[in-house]
Amino acid sequence: MRYSSDFIFARRTFFRPVSRSSVSWRLLINYLGLVFLLLVCAPGLQAASSLDTIIIDRGVDEPIRISIVPFAAPDLLRDKASLANIVAFDLARSGQFDTLASENMLSYPSTRQGVFFRDWRILKSAYLVIGRAELLSESGKIFVEFELYDVASERLLESRDFTIDKSQWRDVGHKIADFVYEKITGVQGAFSTKILYVLAKDAGSRNARYQLEVADADGARARTLYSSSEPILSASWSPDGKRVAYVSFETGRPSIILQDIDGLYRERLTNFKGINSSPVFSPDGKNLAMVLSRGGDPEIFVMNIANRKLRRITRHHGIDTEPSWSPDGKTIVFTSDRGGRPQIYQLELETNFLERLTFVGDYNARARLLPGGKHLVFVHRRNGVFHIAWQDLEKDSLLVLTATDLDESPSLAPNGAMLMYATQDQGRGILAVVSIDGRVKYRLPSSVGDVREPAWSPFLPDVVPAN
Amino acid sequence: MQIRSRLSSLAISILAALFIAGCSSTATEPVDQQEPVDQTPEVVAPEVEEIISDFAEDNSTPVDGSGQPISRTFFFEYDKAILNPSDLATLEVHAQILVRNSNRSVVVQGHCDERGTREYNLALGEGRATAISNFLRSAGVGSRQIEVVSYGEERPQNPAHDSTAWAENRRAVLQYR
Repeated sequence: MRYSSDFIFARRTFFRPVSRSSVSWRLLINYLGLVFLLLVCAPGLQAASSLDTIIIDRGVDEPIRISIVPFAAPDLLRDKASLANIVAFDLARSGQFDTLASENMLSYPSTRQGVFFRDWRILKSAYLVIGRAELLSESGKIFVEFELYDVASERLLESRDFTIDKSQWRDVGHKIADFVYEKITGVQGAFSTKILYVLAKDAGSRNARYQLEVADADGARARTLYSSSEPILSASWSPDGKRVAYVSFETGRPSIILQDIDGLYRERLTNFKGINSSPVFSPDGKNLAMVLSRGGDPEIFVMNIANRKLRRITRHHGIDTEPSWSPDGKTIVFTSDRGGRPQIYQLELETNFLERLTFVGDYNARARLLPGGKHLVFVHRRNGVFHIAWQDLEKDSLLVLTATDLDESPSLAPNGAMLMYATQDQGRGILAVVSIDGRVKYRLPSSVGDVREPAWSPFLPDVVPAN
Repeated sequence: MQIRSRLSSLAISILAALFIAGCSSTATEPVDQQEPVDQTPEVVAPEVEEIISDFAEDNSTPVDGSGQPISRTFFFEYDKAILNPSDLATLEVHAQILVRNSNRSVVVQGHCDERGTREYNLALGEGRATAISNFLRSAGVGSRQIEVVSYGEERPQNPAHDSTAWAENRRAVLQYR
């Protein structure tokens, strides 16, 4: 029931935004498949807190046409059709692919022998993915295999096989999408990653409830890591993807919590008087940058997680907050109002060399460096409206990536191709994604409450390694 | 010092009460009541405390001499942590209450509107609460009686997304303990 009403919403808003790309029509067909998939799988998902169906607002102008043929499988694997849908939907929401709806295919090959490349050329499909699934009678596991072909050259580009549990359809679907994406674009796929976010219900009221959620990068399979009547914010992944640091007000003031994603470990790291917030793991996972105001005003500290020793990094009577690490771990970028207005600064830890990075506009905050360390994304106010902006640190060029208001908390995908951020849609907090060039946009709404504070995971260890 | 200020406010309260009650009383009555109080404070003091408690019956709401709650919420300009001059008189009353009741303490909660980043707003909210805390301390309140807690934009008073809501949410609140 819930899915069908959300679907109507998705369809209605689907045609409103920029529809220059032809990706829209075909995606609609895929939505039907996805909605069906969700209906079929709903009992297995914790649907109550999962995010709704993604709404794709905009793709690239000339997306690459690709056909993902429904995988062949015996009848008892009733989810067989959904696997191709998971792969297709992942590729579609990257905005770089135009996935051909299965209804428009001329044939449904599952082996090389069944492929007539002429058919796929007629359909203007540049690439073709076929595959099959089998039940392994002795182990009860499922064998999944896929092949990626270049239609023009009729060459096999990639083929992999996996042995999975019945509960791992989504995992293997995301994994296949990762392989296909990387083979075609040259960029490592991030479809198998996860996201953290905060789900807030009735914030500010007596019945307020705040939940720290972890879900697939597409918002599916959400589960709650921590739930409280007090606010939660600033979740951050450890680089191995096993732990999260976040801020909880459970003691009556903000304190920093370290918790397992899957295990039982949970510990309060700091609970000093004043602010304890903005925890961010160093790239080597050994240190945690954070903000403490125990000395009277917010300053940035680095905690050695092993021995809990704190080292003060900034020393200024104004606001210093929102630290994040450069990919090499040698510098920290942070927000400071030491110049009168919030701007972004970079501090070299070894030399204490401090440099101001942002000069355009009077509110630039919460910066994150891209994987190469040469580009920055941050919250940028322009004409009183808060957007996410991108800046090339060498050329000093600034690009505003988002067109909505109250955009905040940008979090980069580990491949640096996209970022997720929090914004508002019809008065409700939602998550949205934009590609780093601003060309691709999609939204992850929630019908359960306000969603905010997204944190995109690093690349995670393979749940379903290729055989 | 503490007792004397209580006594003088008692006298004012009684005079005011009598004045409001009407003019039928004779002028000597307040004097009659006041004199024994002055002479034997150790006897009457418990009664005095009962009459002019600084707190309402719930023991967490500060009240003025006539039993009216004293405002505990103070508003701020956008992106500013500067006290509004018109709030200083009320804050002075809070300071007096805290000085008189050194066993009581307050949590000063700082809040922001939703504009700007969450962590920056946490810092800004702390700046607002600290501005109040600094005022109270300069008015003689002990540091141990005050704790500052910023909620940033996490606990809006008004969940709407317009300028009216934003103005209501840019606040600091005194919570007595």
